[in-house]
Amino acid sequence: MIENKNRKSAWIAFVIVLLFLALVIVLDQIIKPTDKMYMLLTVLQKGSVYALAAVSMNLLNGYTGLFSLGHAGFMLIGAYTYAIFTIPSTARDTVYQYYDAAIRISFPEIFSGALGGFGTVLGVALAVILAGLMAALLAYLIGLPVLRLKSDYLAIATLGFAEIIRAVFQWSKLGPVTNGSNLLKSFARTSTFKLNLGGSTVSLSTFVPVLIATISITVIVLIVNSTYGRAFKAIRDDEVAAEAMGINLAKHKMISFVTSSFFAGVAGATMAMVLSIAQANNFKSAMTYEILLMVVLGGIGSISGSVIGAMLFISASEWWLRGLDSGSFLGINAPGVFRNGFRLVVFSVAIMIVVLFFRKGIMGEKELPDLFRKRKKAPVKEAAE
Amino acid sequence: MSEERKQVLKVENVTMQFGGVVAVNDLNLEVNEGEIVAIIGPNGAGKTTAFNVITGVYAPTNGRVYFDGKCIVENFPHGKMKKLYKGENAGAYSHATEPTPDALTKMGMARTFQNIRLWKSMTVFDNVLIAKHLKRTSNLFSAAFRGNRKEEQAQREEVLKLLEIVGLTDVKDELATSLPYGKQRRLEIARALATQPKLLLLDEPAAGMNPQETQELTHFIGEIRDQFGVTILLIEHHMDLVMDISDRIYVLDFGKLIAQGVPAEIQSNEKVIDAYLGVVDDAENP
Ligand SMILES: Nc1ncnc2c1ncn2[C@@H]1O[C@H](COP(=O)(O)OP(=O)(O)O)[C@@H](O)[C@H]1O
Ligand SMILES: [Mg+2]
Repeated sequence: MIENKNRKSAWIAFVIVLLFLALVIVLDQIIKPTDKMYMLLTVLQKGSVYALAAVSMNLLNGYTGLFSLGHAGFMLIGAYTYAIFTIPSTARDTVYQYYDAAIRISFPEIFSGALGGFGTVLGVALAVILAGLMAALLAYLIGLPVLRLKSDYLAIATLGFAEIIRAVFQWSKLGPVTNGSNLLKSFARTSTFKLNLGGSTVSLSTFVPVLIATISITVIVLIVNSTYGRAFKAIRDDEVAAEAMGINLAKHKMISFVTSSFFAGVAGATMAMVLSIAQANNFKSAMTYEILLMVVLGGIGSISGSVIGAMLFISASEWWLRGLDSGSFLGINAPGVFRNGFRLVVFSVAIMIVVLFFRKGIMGEKELPDLFRKRKKAPVKEAAE
Repeated sequence: MSEERKQVLKVENVTMQFGGVVAVNDLNLEVNEGEIVAIIGPNGAGKTTAFNVITGVYAPTNGRVYFDGKCIVENFPHGKMKKLYKGENAGAYSHATEPTPDALTKMGMARTFQNIRLWKSMTVFDNVLIAKHLKRTSNLFSAAFRGNRKEEQAQREEVLKLLEIVGLTDVKDELATSLPYGKQRRLEIARALATQPKLLLLDEPAAGMNPQETQELTHFIGEIRDQFGVTILLIEHHMDLVMDISDRIYVLDFGKLIAQGVPAEIQSNEKVIDAYLGVVDDAENP
């Protein structure tokens, strides 16, 4: 019976997601870059990237109770891996103008040679997966020494890692691979993603990042609802009890950390394809804090919360509050006040208010479908000890 | 004396020292298959610490613990110390693995806690289901993409059966921490049973219960032993419960074993009355 009910809600969710993806494709065609509404597409693109980043961080912070501050570092690795392996050979020497490019492989090129258009898609997909794997590998190497310790060294270690990796990627000795402190560009990016259907071209520049985020978040949801996800939650709720019930702490923390970092890498790759550039200096710890804020805003331990948090955050910072920086906001014209930097002030205050007055975030630990279900009984405080 | 039975647990010369505090001092005890054995003693006597050594939470300062005939806990150098250890027996420990609680649970030991440790954000059902995680055969991928559907279905059914047996079916979808105290204790026992242990360790299962609940629990523990064929080692303060269901009793005081025997022997033991039984009576009838 339970099984049937679950299957039904899974189908409903599936159909809703499909409809959403279809809507995105339609929007992609009807909104032109010159339209005012183009902001909506920008928000959807960047929002997907950050939604995935936030959900993957939530898997670790919210579901497993491990505090890591290295998300920007793993995204950096993802972004660079993706960029390096999708730069076409014709553009390579212009991109690496001061160095002799060491990696001369372009996945989309290799596969399109043999398989045509489908090969390009396959090449991009493989580059995205490789981006995730590289981030996962680094997470594994960091996790080996750090996750065995009982205390919370993970936050410090990952924060340090993120700063170091940013410096390393700008190091001129690694220039042949990373292009030093210069940015990487000309690789496969969303603005070039198009489908040729009998003469008419279908733009996929919003659809692709949304699709990557959707697939990744779906996988994370599946993991969270599997026996492993339950084990993560057990570790978060009570580590001692979890270990006593046969859950190997070091192993499960590692699985969670590596999985979370894999998807951070995928988010980084998606960010690169949305922004059309990859530059190490963009992946500062401020980015990690922004993502953490989205997670807190949406509710730690709620995946739909993280998605909502990311979308709201991006909408506010990229769109709704734009006017605060450029002279007029909500019809009020005051160039003296509304000038560069004011948006950030208002934004910070707004976030402080949310965090102070909605401690549990927008969703708490609930998921969207829970809101349509009958509520569980609230916990009664017990005088236990 | 009891007839010849297979030995499930043997604690040999275990000492556990925390800085200057000797919490357990040269403890020896045995538990045979199918027995219910109790450890009693005043607060701070070292009972919980003994449990923590047996289940691998603490590495003892000295001594060994055998489970099912295998030595599971020994005072060999742990962790980093293992590498640094250059004593005479350095070679003897090179292969030794640290006995972590999860590994011991997989071998067939399960415990409950003195201060109930349920997973607070989860339902009664999920609390028991997670204890089945250690029986999985799936890896992350097959579990995420539901390649383990059959296994999980079977586990869910086992959990339902278990909840039926312990009488928690009607509250299975409620948050574990919303249950009344007595039911939380039962749930913790059910969770431990879900790991299919040979040996069940109960740390003060009747703590905080009223006389009627205690009586129900006494009955319940006996039932579990018969129905699941587990061996039980329990720590308890309620004398009626201990005297009723224990086959044998060990009495600890200041970390030292001061008496052991069948309930009748313990009840009439002078030392025990001095150290312990009198105190409890005072506490219960102020
Ligand atoms: N982790 C620890 N660190 C230091 N002292 C401890 C620790 N655990 C227990 N003790 C001490 O060991 C003694 C025995 O405690 P415990 O085993 O909890 O007693 P009991 O369960 O019999 O009431 C107490 O004096 C307690 O303070
Ligand atoms: Mg105790």
